[in-house]
Amino acid sequence: MSLETIIIQLAVGLLKSIAIFALTLIGSLPLGLFVAFGRMSKWAPLKGLAPAGSGRLRKGLAGFRPLQTLVKLYISLMRGTPLMLQLMVVYFGPYYLFKIPIGQNYRFTAVIIGFVLNYAAYFAEIYRSGIESMPVGQYEAASVLGYSRPQTFFKIILPQVIKRILPSITNEVITLVKDTSLAFAISYSEMFTLARKISSSQSTLVPFVVAGIFYYLFNLIMAYVMERAEKSLGYFR
Amino acid sequence: MNVLELTNIRKSFGSLEVLRGITVTVAKGEVVAIIGPSGSGKSTLLRCATLLETVDEGEINYLGDYVVRTSPEGRVQYSSPADLKRIRRYFGLVFQNFNLFPHYSVIKNVIDPLIHVQKRDKEEAYADARALLSKMGLADKADSYPYQLSGGQQQRVSIVRALAMKPEVLFFDEPTSALDPELTGEVLKVIRSLTEEHMTMVIVTHEMQFAQHVADKVYFMDDGLVVEQGTPDEVFGKPQEERTRRFLERYAPTAP
Repeated sequence: MSLETIIIQLAVGLLKSIAIFALTLIGSLPLGLFVAFGRMSKWAPLKGLAPAGSGRLRKGLAGFRPLQTLVKLYISLMRGTPLMLQLMVVYFGPYYLFKIPIGQNYRFTAVIIGFVLNYAAYFAEIYRSGIESMPVGQYEAASVLGYSRPQTFFKIILPQVIKRILPSITNEVITLVKDTSLAFAISYSEMFTLARKISSSQSTLVPFVVAGIFYYLFNLIMAYVMERAEKSLGYFR
Repeated sequence: MNVLELTNIRKSFGSLEVLRGITVTVAKGEVVAIIGPSGSGKSTLLRCATLLETVDEGEINYLGDYVVRTSPEGRVQYSSPADLKRIRRYFGLVFQNFNLFPHYSVIKNVIDPLIHVQKRDKEEAYADARALLSKMGLADKADSYPYQLSGGQQQRVSIVRALAMKPEVLFFDEPTSALDPELTGEVLKVIRSLTEEHMTMVIVTHEMQFAQHVADKVYFMDDGLVVEQGTPDEVFGKPQEERTRRFLERYAPTAP
């Protein structure tokens, strides 16, 4: 197989990698914000249970925050287990657990679901760190000026949070470019899966070298894009 | 007519009683200075009046509009969110550390709440904001961002931002405490210029001479209580309470 053919085949795979990359960001960046809200939720439906002087059990129950607990568990699972394993659970789970037959098209859907769920957990923690680092005075100024809660969050807080967390987001974005290769775990034909296939059938390392160059160039472009984004927020401090 | 009545305000943080029954009234056009040592509850009182803290007991009303009432049985009842939203328009607050929005230019800091909270006409909001900025000597800073300004300029912008909302009463929470000494003068000058326009103001401050000169009424607070109140001449000139005398000796050795 000529180098040209390898490059063309891998370029097709690259398009699929880019699709995973783009859809993951489109899904997980907003989802992460909701997850962060859940993680910071102070909702405690049993609060009324503990009048002054009640026992430890009642106090414990009264302080129980179901949404926060659930989201914490979700984040801990997503960060504590391999993404590859999560992809397999999402892909094979419906059949093995519920006997739902899975079609050919589900492979790509499973990749996106797995990636979005995983990255949303990481983004949620990044959002949370940014939101919690905001000085309380910004909320107070907004409150005294009469901004509503959504206005305060979206107009005052979020733009400043984005500036603060952009370097951490850049990290995740670059990791994501490389992580798209994990889709090979469920044999989705993105670039890395193709490179492996060609390499073993043709007994050559060339496809890996070409794929490596493609990943590297992809990341160079993303690093440049993120740098521009950071610069565009440099007009305030 | 009283713009603001705070009656028997009590507030605790955990077991710490910060306000132990404070009553303060502010008449229209009056400048009220609240002085006292750190930890006496001055700032907490201002934060209760501006709805940044809730009270444990007492009453607050602006122009007869109740923020909170306490029933004879001691039940604290805040007004509905819709009423509170309306009442918020009666007051403005200037913070110790300005709290300008760093991602908005100076002019945007001023006009954004006018347009998006008060729903005022855009052109009119810009015109008002520019006029106020010029008056405060900030016309050439309209398009600057807060980080490009000195502390004194930032504080003047935050005063403009509060004034542009046309509040009935303007609160100042130690407006010069975060400033370098050489910058306090320009901020005090601006506040003084507002007294000439009969702006109703409540000023928590450590600047004793300033309080003495601009205030119509002075409250001296210590340990969560109003220890002494009266005209500046009464409180600074012939304080009746031992605690007031000791405080003034420490903070305003030049007072008569």
